[in-house]
This record gives sequence, structure tokens and C-alpha cells, in this order.
Amino acid sequence: MAAIDVRDLSRRFGSFLAVDSLSFQVQQGEIFGFLGANGAGKSTTIRMLCGLLRPSSGTALVGGVDVADDPEAVKRRIGYMSQRFSLYELLTVDQNIQFFGGIYGLTRERFAARRQFVLDMAGLHGRERTLTRDLPGGWRQRLALGCAILHEPPIVFLDEPTGGVDPLSRRQFWDLIDRMSDAGTTVLVTTHYLDEAEHCHRIAIIQAGKLAAIGTTTELKQAFRDRPIMEVQAAQPVAAMTALDALEEVEKTSLFGTSLHVVLRRADRAEEVITRALREAGVEVRQVSRVTPSLEDVFLDVVERTGAAS
Amino acid sequence: MIRTVVAVATKELHQILRDPRTLAILLLFPAFMLLIYGYALNFDLRDVRLAVQDQDRSTESRALVSAFTNSGYFQLVGYVDSDEEITALVNRNQARAVLVVPSRFEQDVRSRRPTTVQVIIDGDNANTASTVMGYAQAIVAEFSTAISLRATPLNSPRASIALEPRIWYNPQLRSTLFLVPGLIAFISMVTAVVSTALSVVREKERGTMEQIRMSPIGPMSFVLGKTLPYLALSFVAALLILVTARILFDLPMRGSWVLLCGSILLFLIGAQAQGLLISSIASSQQVAFQVALLSSFLPTFILSGFIFPLSSMPVVVQGISHIVPARYFLVVLRAIVLKGAGLAAVWEQLVWLAVFSTVALALASLRLRREWS
Repeated sequence: MAAIDVRDLSRRFGSFLAVDSLSFQVQQGEIFGFLGANGAGKSTTIRMLCGLLRPSSGTALVGGVDVADDPEAVKRRIGYMSQRFSLYELLTVDQNIQFFGGIYGLTRERFAARRQFVLDMAGLHGRERTLTRDLPGGWRQRLALGCAILHEPPIVFLDEPTGGVDPLSRRQFWDLIDRMSDAGTTVLVTTHYLDEAEHCHRIAIIQAGKLAAIGTTTELKQAFRDRPIMEVQAAQPVAAMTALDALEEVEKTSLFGTSLHVVLRRADRAEEVITRALREAGVEVRQVSRVTPSLEDVFLDVVERTGAAS
Repeated sequence: MIRTVVAVATKELHQILRDPRTLAILLLFPAFMLLIYGYALNFDLRDVRLAVQDQDRSTESRALVSAFTNSGYFQLVGYVDSDEEITALVNRNQARAVLVVPSRFEQDVRSRRPTTVQVIIDGDNANTASTVMGYAQAIVAEFSTAISLRATPLNSPRASIALEPRIWYNPQLRSTLFLVPGLIAFISMVTAVVSTALSVVREKERGTMEQIRMSPIGPMSFVLGKTLPYLALSFVAALLILVTARILFDLPMRGSWVLLCGSILLFLIGAQAQGLLISSIASSQQVAFQVALLSSFLPTFILSGFIFPLSSMPVVVQGISHIVPARYFLVVLRAIVLKGAGLAAVWEQLVWLAVFSTVALALASLRLRREWS
């Protein structure tokens, strides 16, 4: 049985369809990335999956429980953490942990063990009496995660968990997520950092409330198997861009630092086509090479194509 | 349920204790307001400075002067001889009233001829002047009654009948005794409504509300846990006002403490429910603060009978005053504190207080429940 099983899930706000017949499954222990532009429907979906918002139609089973039937039972099975949530800043580390132990109804023995776990995990030993306000961002983030999983939920929702945190802390944070996943916890995470999304086992991209693409990163990058991305180093990048855009074989061009990324409609003779076109235009070519698509390429591609279709 | 309530209440208490300003405002501000209002809202006149022009210089005239000075309302600043001196004293504000006793005063009194004494009053403050005039009339009337009784034998049929004003519970008509219970109601109302109104909207603003809604805790536990610490604090603040009033203004306590505390709690619960309702509707702390202040300050000040008697208001306004909880609480408070009234005398007002609290609580929890899911 899937940890999260979403079928034809929709949510309407008045005449606005925020989520449009979304269907996907997340397996137990999986790290599932949820990508989409702001307003694409990510948060609405998460709020439905957490039992905060009733679906307009469709079903969503979280931990085997229908979110529309028993939102309270869903809430007991999940942990939730968001970048916006900054704990209670005027409380100490220990007081925050105590509060979450209290509202999740942990017994005394279990609380003692879990408190140790959180302090270990977040590296907060010796800082128990520090005000949360005074903690550096990375620590605060790990403490927030610790509080969200204090009751050992089998499913965890992370809504843009790493906003405003330095790269080292982000790396440490993802190590924690990997460990949770290894221990069998299902993690659904939204993020704007596409390099982070590479950590996910599978990724769903939603656009205008619809599922635009789903799969592993390798699967998603297959979209570029027959449409090579070429990196072009030229003396006059802007002139090169104009020349290439005129070609029938070229799908699109974009500036990438000092070089140019060119997406072609066909995989064969890519290098040759570009070099010839530029030479004819009188642009000096320094280097042309095929690059592996990044998740960012995939994301922008999906967003542009579904955006053009709708 | 109880454990989650305790968890929320503990958290709230930790937060309050961490924020000394809020704590100080909650506990000390009420007593401070009592000090200011208690002294400022004093309608009494004591020790009105009195000069005397005694043209008779007799036993009877001296008796009249002592009647004035012994009343406690007047303080003798000196004797004057000429009209010029009177003008000078009044102009320099050294005397607010001058008693002029005519010559032949004793002779007239003893021969039971009608006679007149003159009181000159500084009229720059009309209210004060009319109060002083009232005092003077009362003293003179009393004095004249005493004389006519003394002059007529016991068997005389024409004993003079004078109106004898006797005011119960506040024989000296000290307005503070009347005002302090009102102040207690007023101050408790404002602090309870404002503090509770801020408490929920603060979590909404910070985003912590979202986190709590993701947890299995229900809205009732959350609200109970959040308001209990404020209820306790407001209660302590109300008791502090009472103690301050006893020390500074000699407020008596003639009734039962249990009944008083019960009434205060009932009133505070209603005030907190009102605050909760505001908090569940308002989108920001600023809005919540303004609405809370307006909805508690003005009605309690104007429509409760705190200062302005309700009976002299237009019927429509009197009708509106029925939804102001302080109106009922004030009657209860004055009855218990000043008259020593028991439950039998105040139950009706308490029922209305309970009705207000229940309705406000129901509205607040309905509203919160709707927002919760």
C-alpha cells in the first residue's frame, strides 16, 4: 500500500480551480519532491493532504486514512514543517520541545527518549536553555524538524523547509532527510532549490494545478534525449543567439553566463548544424559541446511547454 | 484533552513571563489606572477655603461659624472686616466662599425673627459652586432647625420640619466609593479583552497557528490553554485593584469574598470570550488591538453606569446598554462591596453576565472552529 495515494484530487476556490484532478502515489520510505512555481497549487495540495483543507472532489489516502473522512487521524500520522514556521521564538529550545511533546500527547518516558533524539539530531546539546530566537538559522531549522517528528510520524511533509539557510546547513538538513528515509519514513518535500530536488527519489512538477511531469530525475531528463542541449562558447554571444534563433532546427536559446545554451529539435548532427550556422553568420566559435540537462532545464522546459499548451 | 490544554497553557505562560512588558501591563497597569482615575475622578469637595465676615461677633454667630468648620466641608482661612478684603481674598483664590453674618444676628435669632446670612461663592467653576452652595444650605438649614427646636418648649405644636438628607452606604457622599467599583469593572474589562484579543492573532501573524492546526490538538484545547493563563492574570490584576482601592480610597468590603471572586471570574470569562471573538476575526495584531480597545473602552466607560447614570439616557441608548456586560457587573460589584448584598440580591445580574459570557464564548468557538477546518 502506498503511503500517500492521491486520485483525481481537486480543490476549487469559488471559480478558481487551484488543484485540478491530481493523481500520484508515494511509496513508504520514499523522498518525493513536489515542484512548481508559486501559485501552482503546491501548498493547497499539501494542506489537503494534511487534513487542513477539504478536497472539492477526488480522494487522498494518507497512511491509509482518507483525509476527507478523518482529518484528525491523518494529523496524528503526519509531521509538518515549513520555512515560515519559526517555532516559538520567545521559548527556549527545551520549552519548544516540551510544547510539542505536550500537544502530541507523548508519555513521560517516550518524551524523555524523543527529547534526547531531537537534541542529538539537531546538535543542540548544551543549548537546551538557549532562546530559540538566539539560535542560528541552521540550528533553528533542525530543531523545527525535530519538533515536527517528535511523535515519530510515518509520513512527513516539508513545505519549503530550507528557505534562508546557508548551503552547509542545507546539506546537513538533507542528510537528516536521507536518514529519515532510510529508517522508513515517507517524506514529501516542496522546494525552490532545484539542486536540492536532485536528492529526491521521485519528483512531481505541477503547473496550474495539474500534474505536468512525474518520475525520477533520470526519467525526467529523458525529455531531452532527442533534444540535445548544446553549450556554445562564442566571441559575440548576442549575435550568435540571433543567428541560431533563425535556424529551423533550434527550439530555443538562452544565455548562460558567458556561454549560450541551445536546445535543438533533433539529436543528429547537432554540433555540425550550430558550427555551420555561426560560421555563415561570421561569428567566431570557440567551443560547442553537449551538456547533460539539469533539473532546472527540465523544470523550465515543463513549465514553458504546459504554459504554452494551456 | 487536559494534557494538551496544560501544554498550551504552559507555553503561553512561558511566553508571557519572557515578555516582561506584557506582564507589567497586565498586572500593574490596572492599579496604575486606578491611581490616576481614582484621584482625578473625584467629584467631592473637601476643605473648601472659607472666610468669615462676622458683623455680629456674638455667641450665636460663632456657633454658626463652627457649624461650618466642623462639617468637614469648609476650612476657615480667616476673618475679614471689609468688603474690599472679601474681594481681594476671592480674587486671589485664597477663599472660595465667604460667610457674612449680619449684625443683630443673635438678637434676631433669640427673638425668633427671620434672619438671613449671606454666603458668597466663587462661581468660576459652576459645578463646584453649586456643590458648595448645597453644602452651605444644608449647614444653615441644620443650624436653623437646631435653633427653632431649642427655642420652642417641648410641648410646642409647631416643631419645625426640615428635610433631613440621609444617604445610605456612602453617608459622606464620597464619590470615590461610587467610582472605584466602576473602575475595577472598567479596567478589568479593558485588560482582559485586549490581552486575549492579541493572543490568538499573534499566532496567526507569526505562522505558528498553521503549525498547531497541523497537529491533532482541537480548537477547544487550544483556546482553553491560551486563555486560562490570561484569565488567571486578569483575576490577579482585579484583586490588585481591589487591594489598592482598599488602601488608597478606604473602599469597604461588606459582602462575601467568595461571591465577589465568583462574580469577577464570571465577568472576566465574558470579557475574554469577547477578546477571543475579536482575535478570531481580526487579521493582524494592530486591528485586533484597536477593535478590542474600542469595543471594551467606550461601552464600559459610557454605557455601564460607571460615571453617567443610565436612567438619564435616551431609551434607545438604554436599550443598547443591555449588551454591555459591565452594566451588570457594576451593579453586582457595588452591591457586594458597598452594601454587603448576598446572592439573593444579585443573582439576576449574574444570570445576565452568564448569558453574555455564554453567547460570546459560543460565537468565538464557532468562528474558531470554522477557521480551524
